[in-house]
Amino acid sequence: MLDKNIAIEFNNVGKQYRLGLVGTGTLKHDLNRWWQTTILGKEDPYLKIGEVNDRSTKGNSDYVWALKDISFKIEQGDVVGIIGKNGAGKSTLLKLLSHITAPSTGTIAYRGRIASLLEVGTGFHPEMTARQNIYMNSSIMGMTKHEIDIKLDEIVDFAGIERYLDTPVKRFSSGMTVRLGFAVAAFLEPEILVVDEVLAVGDAEFQKKAIGKMKDVSSSGGRTVLFVSHNMTAVKQLCKSGIILENGQISYSGTSENAIEKYFAFDPNEMAKPFCKRTDRYGNGKIRVNNIILRNINGKEMTEAFVGQYLRIEFHIDVEEGIDLSNMVVICAFLDMFGRSSVTWGSDEIAHDFGGIKDGVFSLVIPSLTLRPNTYNLKFVISLNTTKLKDLCDAMNGALQLTILNDDFFSKGINLHANRGYSAIMPANFE
Amino acid sequence: MNPNEVISHIESKKKWLDVDIKGLWRYRDLYYMYIKRDIITQYKQTILGPAWYLIQPLFTTIMYMFVFGGLAGISTDGVPQPLFYMCGICLWQYFNSCFTSCSYVFVANQRVFGKVYFPRLVVPLSSVTSNLIRFGIQWLMFVLILIYYIVFKDYAPSFGFINDYGMRVGLLLTFVFPIISVFMIGMHAMSWGLIITSLTTKYRDLNMLIAFGVQLLMYATPVIYPLSFAPEKYRSIININPLTPIFEIFKYTFVGAGTLDIINLAYSAFTLCIVMFFAVILFNRTEQRFMDTV
Repeated sequence: MLDKNIAIEFNNVGKQYRLGLVGTGTLKHDLNRWWQTTILGKEDPYLKIGEVNDRSTKGNSDYVWALKDISFKIEQGDVVGIIGKNGAGKSTLLKLLSHITAPSTGTIAYRGRIASLLEVGTGFHPEMTARQNIYMNSSIMGMTKHEIDIKLDEIVDFAGIERYLDTPVKRFSSGMTVRLGFAVAAFLEPEILVVDEVLAVGDAEFQKKAIGKMKDVSSSGGRTVLFVSHNMTAVKQLCKSGIILENGQISYSGTSENAIEKYFAFDPNEMAKPFCKRTDRYGNGKIRVNNIILRNINGKEMTEAFVGQYLRIEFHIDVEEGIDLSNMVVICAFLDMFGRSSVTWGSDEIAHDFGGIKDGVFSLVIPSLTLRPNTYNLKFVISLNTTKLKDLCDAMNGALQLTILNDDFFSKGINLHANRGYSAIMPANFE
Repeated sequence: MNPNEVISHIESKKKWLDVDIKGLWRYRDLYYMYIKRDIITQYKQTILGPAWYLIQPLFTTIMYMFVFGGLAGISTDGVPQPLFYMCGICLWQYFNSCFTSCSYVFVANQRVFGKVYFPRLVVPLSSVTSNLIRFGIQWLMFVLILIYYIVFKDYAPSFGFINDYGMRVGLLLTFVFPIISVFMIGMHAMSWGLIITSLTTKYRDLNMLIAFGVQLLMYATPVIYPLSFAPEKYRSIININPLTPIFEIFKYTFVGAGTLDIINLAYSAFTLCIVMFFAVILFNRTEQRFMDTV
């Protein structure tokens, strides 16, 4: 039974998918499953096998768990951001919750009606007018005609389509369709609103409106919102709590800020390894970084730097035989905690020729570190050709972390404000 | 009722007969919306619009008169050919369109079904209803043609029940039996359609069958010929088809051709109950997971 203030409860939920083509073999598997479970009364033979969903390594089984052992509770009125890489199971989770497909194991309970904004506007019939589609789409979400009558004006107003109310939706621009879809879902007061990456479309003004509306929905109505997005700024703005999904399992759940930070932070397991053994990297390995050392102006190793200080990032690389290093291109960047780059340097722009490298060591020298005090991740990409993916040799998004310490950057005897976010800073004056 | 008090449970295994009747009732507005949508959108952006409802059976009738009446010389039991064919064609069209739309429910609606949940049975039920409206319009045309024949062609109408049971009882039966017949045709079409659509989410083979299967089934049903025309030895085979007695009674009622066979009608009703039972169970089980395989 659902506790009084709980809106959604997942209990040991798992979802298994069969890999490869559905077709050959399915009848055989179905008959086998039917024989084992119904006739012999045994457990489903295909539920046991299957492994955690790691897409990059080839598994032994044809079955894979898109979600496994998912348990969590969401309180009424909470706004929850679900974050994770592509393929982590976010959409599967929403599909299970929206009742679109049933879980393989476990149970889900929820209170009230769910309206989902998975790919908004798909429920629209192109030949029907906006008005007819509002009624159609809202009744699909379980609203009664009476409820829609009351809300019609507000929906039309929010979507900004008053002039087009009796025009078939096929004449709408894609932005208008999205606005209409969002308005229908947001105004009809479902008890649970599921939003999947809707803010990616629509113009800036609409995005602002949409975020405002979603805030209203949760704060005033006590309704629950589940928000899936890769846009961390939106997640941070909107959500109180956050859940990180990784390979089909919950790796963290807590406040949204902590979740976002965790999401972009290093994997502690990877951090503990010696640099050359880390596996959180991409590329063909023809050139491979086996160590990175940060040095100050005197050549001393360091882990933190003051704003405005000299910094030398020393790369130690292994090179396969026969590789002409004069073709090598190196791109370095400092990323903020949301994964956005604050500053980027490319050797192709600096026109540096690595042909003369000795002992496999080269450095990026930054005469003055003009970044606001905060903790940044160092990202690097090494390739033999900037345009082709197959020439990518080695790349890491979070090679190491550099904390930039506060200092008197403008030499006026005042330290910078620490809470002005992540960004570059440069010498300037007011006159 | 406060929607917050409705608690839904999603489980990995659903019981066999766990059909969401309450849910269907809650979504009745959606049922009307689907009917409205079917009717509005069917002939959008055509010049003739709803006239197509009439053109289709009219041209089919003319063609059948030429091929089956003219070339093949199949008897119509003394009934004027347009009336005989139109009577069968209207009912067959109803079966055909219900069956076809129901057998594509999952495939045709996968975008919507992949987005929101509502009791999926709403869609086939509404499509049977919207086709019923179309059938009603076509039936009106049959009545007009019948009146035309009576007034201008001195055709003496022959209504099976009124002929056999007199005016008072016969008139009542003339109303009751067609309603039962049309209802049974709709339910037969829906049930078989639901079975097909449930199976095709995983095994597409049946899709190949639908188009020409319906065509073949028409010839195994007394639509364009009276059952009495079939040789004795084939008659029992044609009678296995549960649609046969429905078509026979329908034609018996309105054009006096055909047979009143209550035992076969009961057989058809019995088949319908069994098929419908399995269809709903199968559909109910398929709707849970079809998005994974469709």
